[in-house]
Amino acid sequence: MAAARERASLWPGFTALVAAAVYMIVLLGVERPPLVILLLGVGIAAVVAGAWAGLFADVSRSFAEHEDALGLFAIAALLAVAAFFHDDHFVLLLVTTVLLYSVATLGLNIQFGYAGVLNFAGASFFGVGAYTSAVLNAYTPVPHLLVLLIGGLLAALVGSLLLLPVLRTRGHYAAVVTIAFALLFKTFIEVNDVLGGPQGMQVKGMSILGWSFNDNIEIGGVSLSFYMNYFVVSLLLLIGAFVVVRRLERSWIGLNLDALRLDETAASCFGLDITRWKITAFLIGNFLIGLAGALYGMVGGFVAPNNYTFADSLILVSILLLGGIGNPWGLIVATFIVVVVPEKLQAIQEYRFLLYALMVIAMLLFRPEGLLPRPVRRYFPGWRP
Amino acid sequence: MDLGLFAQYVMNGLMLGMMYALVAVGFTLFFGVLDVIKFSHGDVLTVGAFTALASYAGLSALGIHSPWLELIIMLVLATLAMALLGMLIARYLVMPLRSAPPLNTLLITLMLGTALRESVRLFYPQGANPKPFPALLPRASIDLGEFNLRLDNVLMLAAGVAVIAGLQYLLNRTKLGLAIRAVAQDEETARTMGINFTAIVLITFAIGSGLAAFAGVMNGLYYNEINFGLGLYLGVIGFSAAIIGGLGSIYGAILGGFLFAGLQTVGTVLLPFASAYKDVFAFAVVIALMAWRPTGLIREKISERV
Repeated sequence: MAAARERASLWPGFTALVAAAVYMIVLLGVERPPLVILLLGVGIAAVVAGAWAGLFADVSRSFAEHEDALGLFAIAALLAVAAFFHDDHFVLLLVTTVLLYSVATLGLNIQFGYAGVLNFAGASFFGVGAYTSAVLNAYTPVPHLLVLLIGGLLAALVGSLLLLPVLRTRGHYAAVVTIAFALLFKTFIEVNDVLGGPQGMQVKGMSILGWSFNDNIEIGGVSLSFYMNYFVVSLLLLIGAFVVVRRLERSWIGLNLDALRLDETAASCFGLDITRWKITAFLIGNFLIGLAGALYGMVGGFVAPNNYTFADSLILVSILLLGGIGNPWGLIVATFIVVVVPEKLQAIQEYRFLLYALMVIAMLLFRPEGLLPRPVRRYFPGWRP
Repeated sequence: MDLGLFAQYVMNGLMLGMMYALVAVGFTLFFGVLDVIKFSHGDVLTVGAFTALASYAGLSALGIHSPWLELIIMLVLATLAMALLGMLIARYLVMPLRSAPPLNTLLITLMLGTALRESVRLFYPQGANPKPFPALLPRASIDLGEFNLRLDNVLMLAAGVAVIAGLQYLLNRTKLGLAIRAVAQDEETARTMGINFTAIVLITFAIGSGLAAFAGVMNGLYYNEINFGLGLYLGVIGFSAAIIGGLGSIYGAILGGFLFAGLQTVGTVLLPFASAYKDVFAFAVVIALMAWRPTGLIREKISERV
């Protein structure tokens, strides 16, 4: 009996997922701004009430105990949302964007959250991926799945140019290196004629083995939006990235990265190779960001310098802070909020950089650990802090 | 290259260097008293330049058309407003986070910079477009052979030198300067000597931000145009200049500013493709310098406290 009480139930997590899926469907389905505001208000009120009633503790325990099962449920919930909006181009594009931004923030999370390597050029590496797919799809017959891989590798390669300054500096100094790179990247693609200059480039849609992703699908009389293709691929990418990041975090590599972030000096006293792990984290992170960027380029069909500015990099960092640095589940929730809210409320679209900047300032002053803080690492199976 | 063109480049480099140096000095001052980097410094400069522009519009509406009077009122208003803004930022955003991880200070000032930049873009009338800045200094010029020496540039350089000399006097010859240096050297000892720590920090932030406003007006007068992204650019370069000179040292920051401007000017002259890529080149130099000498030309002694 005592053992049964200790083991958290699956149901709180499951209920939370169902509630989240229903809320997503309603929010994405609503068109009129007053209704959207009302729904957002209801959502915030529900979250606050839930937190006040202490329901979140149950949910997070449930997630900690049954992560695999709840992960499968989360995938099912996302598929349900996609199935509900199967012929709605806009909503599917939005959901796909959320998925790909989640992949990118997962990459950023390895850098910021685990290794403590700062990267304020997230959008630039995303842009490296997107421009890779633009150029390769236009001029070469490279298979598109391979293009994704090349996008990721190129982002890691470009990132490796920054390795020397990033490794030799720390804290604020490292931050300025990546900020300078973010500004450099945007200016570079703007003045560069080969890459389309300020007007940007068209990106050819994805096609795998002759299956063109930019055609609508007809299955037994039901027509699906062509974004469904991209949704499925993005979902697979997110699942892959999530599993990799989670495994990485729990493995001895994650342990090394945590040690490195918390105290570099102590970590090196214990014989950890600081340089090696910083490089690993920076490159894996950039790879994931570039991978997501390459696919996003094909989804959007268009790349332009103005989509990869320093402000966009800061939005990625805002997602990280909002979700709670180091917690992949929190990141996905935060990405959803940050991407979807300005799209649903077009009135605030123009103000989003300002709003997110103010939001992060408020978070840092009042709740620096984020909405869903990273739980304490579990060192042994079944061990609870 | 003929002498006239050379002199033109030197003049250009000096003007750039003066602006970079003024920004870099701010970074160094803040780092001195609080050991923080305030990434919103560049955007305070933008707000300062726009404050000056707004007060110009206000003065024109009031019917004041004497260039000197306008310029002085603009400068005073912009400097005072930014000094106040700097104090508010220090008091309510930087100081509360002193015990938090350094990453939080970094993020909060970075986000504040974004908030300031975006506010200018969104709320200044047509703030998203570059705005013409009035040419208020006398436009007379002297022809020295090929070289055209413009009086306004000379005046700006002289004003910059005067400001830096004034700052130098303030820091080295007054009690306030002594207090600032004491806080920079050792906060606790300074406190036990009866120095009001909070007041000194706020005054330092006011001075640094006032300098940024001055640099912003100078930038507007030199290029006759300002835009909302100006501060981000000057901020990153100013910070790098401060690092190259060794953070915490005023002379280092000034030296760093001129060095950076020199590199940039030489780069523009020597590299044929550099005019289009001049900003790319500047940021590449930032990254390269950080890789080469991460703690500045004058190596700072690092001993990690365990």
